[in-house]
Amino acid sequence: MSITTSDAPEVHGAEPAAPEAALSPKRSFRSDLVRTYGPLLGIGVLALLLLVWAPGSLSPFRLGNLGKYCCWALAAVGIGLAWGRGGMLVMGQGVFFGLGGYAMAMHMKLEAAGPGKVPDFMQLYGNGTMPSWWEPFRSGPFTLFAIIALPAVVSFVLGYAILKRRVKGAYFAILTQALAVAFSTLLIATIKQTGGFNGLNTFTKFFGQNLYDPAVKKNIYMIAAGLLIVCLVIVWQLYRSRYGELLVATRDAEERIRFLGYDPANIKLAAFVVAAIMASIGGAMFVPIAGIISPSNVDATASIMLIAGVALGGRASLLGPAVGAIVVGYGQTTLSEQFPTQWIYFQGGLFIVVLLFLPFGITSLLPKLKELASRRRITGESAA
Amino acid sequence: MDALTTPFLTGTAIGAILFLAALGLTLTFGQMGVINMANGEFLMAGAYATYLTQQVISSTGLSILVAIPVAFLIAGLLGLLLEVSIIQWMYRRPLDTLLVTVGVSMVLQQLARDVFGAQGDPVRPPSWMRGSIDVFGYHWPHRQLFTIVLAVTALAALTALLKRSAFGRRIRATVQNRDLAETMGVSTRSVDRLTFFLGSGLAGVGGVAIALISGTNPTLGATYIIPAFLVVVAGGVGQLKGTVIAAWTVGVVTAFLTDWTSGSMAQVLTFAAVVVFLQIRPQGLFTVRTRGLA
Repeated sequence: MSITTSDAPEVHGAEPAAPEAALSPKRSFRSDLVRTYGPLLGIGVLALLLLVWAPGSLSPFRLGNLGKYCCWALAAVGIGLAWGRGGMLVMGQGVFFGLGGYAMAMHMKLEAAGPGKVPDFMQLYGNGTMPSWWEPFRSGPFTLFAIIALPAVVSFVLGYAILKRRVKGAYFAILTQALAVAFSTLLIATIKQTGGFNGLNTFTKFFGQNLYDPAVKKNIYMIAAGLLIVCLVIVWQLYRSRYGELLVATRDAEERIRFLGYDPANIKLAAFVVAAIMASIGGAMFVPIAGIISPSNVDATASIMLIAGVALGGRASLLGPAVGAIVVGYGQTTLSEQFPTQWIYFQGGLFIVVLLFLPFGITSLLPKLKELASRRRITGESAA
Repeated sequence: MDALTTPFLTGTAIGAILFLAALGLTLTFGQMGVINMANGEFLMAGAYATYLTQQVISSTGLSILVAIPVAFLIAGLLGLLLEVSIIQWMYRRPLDTLLVTVGVSMVLQQLARDVFGAQGDPVRPPSWMRGSIDVFGYHWPHRQLFTIVLAVTALAALTALLKRSAFGRRIRATVQNRDLAETMGVSTRSVDRLTFFLGSGLAGVGGVAIALISGTNPTLGATYIIPAFLVVVAGGVGQLKGTVIAAWTVGVVTAFLTDWTSGSMAQVLTFAAVVVFLQIRPQGLFTVRTRGLA
């Protein structure tokens, strides 16, 4: 009996060129151009919406919410890379979101406490002494370094241990989810060191800037949205590179890649580490925007939430995960305001409906619509 | 002596519950490649079935005995419903089935919260289950003993079914080679359905044991699903003896670690232990030998 990920191969991008395109070289050049740079156009539109339209027309409260969705979208872009293109269902991205988030929160907590002082909650729950591993987070540059390095090291060690032993498919998914459960349990248990169930909150400054200043808040939003755009461009470049091709090939036929002389574990490991770093950056930006990070932001449920967005948007597409995460985030805020308990039915129903009827998300509808439109045009011409 | 016997005996009881929770998972995973994340909610359904039976039959002793088949039926029918309505359409997409059942488990959990309330309901154990027996100075509660008896009975019944009955033979044939079984006239589709019913029902029986130990709770399933999966992963998929050994080991190891450190530390360390164990045996304790590559 074999346990393999037999996800259907991705449809768009791999389709054979249309016959008329093969006949006319000019047409094929243009369609090549669209295929290569079309996604970049999509990123451009998203950038305009997030960086120009939103700050100008949304209220500060709504902009803050959008900032949170952008942070989730950062993690979702990574999930799209690992799951959509790499075939690894990562159900514990909350852990990496949390590593970045807690690193940032520790720094901001120390900044709020002032030099040489101890964060307030440690006096409340503990005896007022700070564990020594908190000390380096006083430094801003170290914190920024840790936000990248911590998830990279953790995901590398874990990914190496799991992937090199050819543990894959559902096994991999379950192990990552178990990691998320273990992580949040550990956080709740260490109330004296990490704030426990309440997490870390009540910050005042963000790298020396006053966190209550509306202009600073707007800038923090701009950083988060900007990082999302940067990550999308990086992933776009990855997808059209040799590595991107290898990753998709590994997803679809791991054994063939192995026979060609590559080590599939290394290819997948790279995607897993990149996804972890993106989640960590999202988590780090989440803290100044939301003003809190707690175990409920990083546990198994939160990780599933991130996947919901990716599934809705379209896991294998470039923009799908990011847009899906923003839509799900928006849906959660609006629906949970109006129907606090029914929201969970929506979320559960979303998984069922999307995966049952639209396994490649909303973006997989686009090629179908295009096809439909062109068919109508052809029949219209023949009628005339 | 007490420092060793207490965690050992408690751990054996935890292992018994984990075994009942993991049975359904390993059966459906081994046979159909389906990961049922809603299996934890079938435990919950079994627990609520026990609670409801107790509301109808006031005699605690009788109600528990009636609750076992009732829980089996309710959880089993829920599983059957899930198979017929959703899972049968996506057999070729194991990871998607995993996520869909996550969605189902969310809906079921919220449903339980809306119907029974977010607070747990207590289940009264019958008088003969309230005492304890003395084992090397440890008062071992009868309830834990009952859990173990339940698990052993379920194991015996399942083994007999798999090895002796015609239905069991068809299950084993389907697990070993689905296509060949089909050419021999086995209707693998109906075998799949019955396996799903059986696996979900056994989780329901596990729910009876949990209800007696900790009462009912909407999130009861969620707390058991991940340890149960670790048991399946460590024991080897579709392997009854692997599941028994892994469930017992995970139960006892967790109990010992809880005793030495804390409940949450134990959870983290158990997870680490399973990852390390997979380094040595990536396919779990026991595997079905195949000539396949994966």
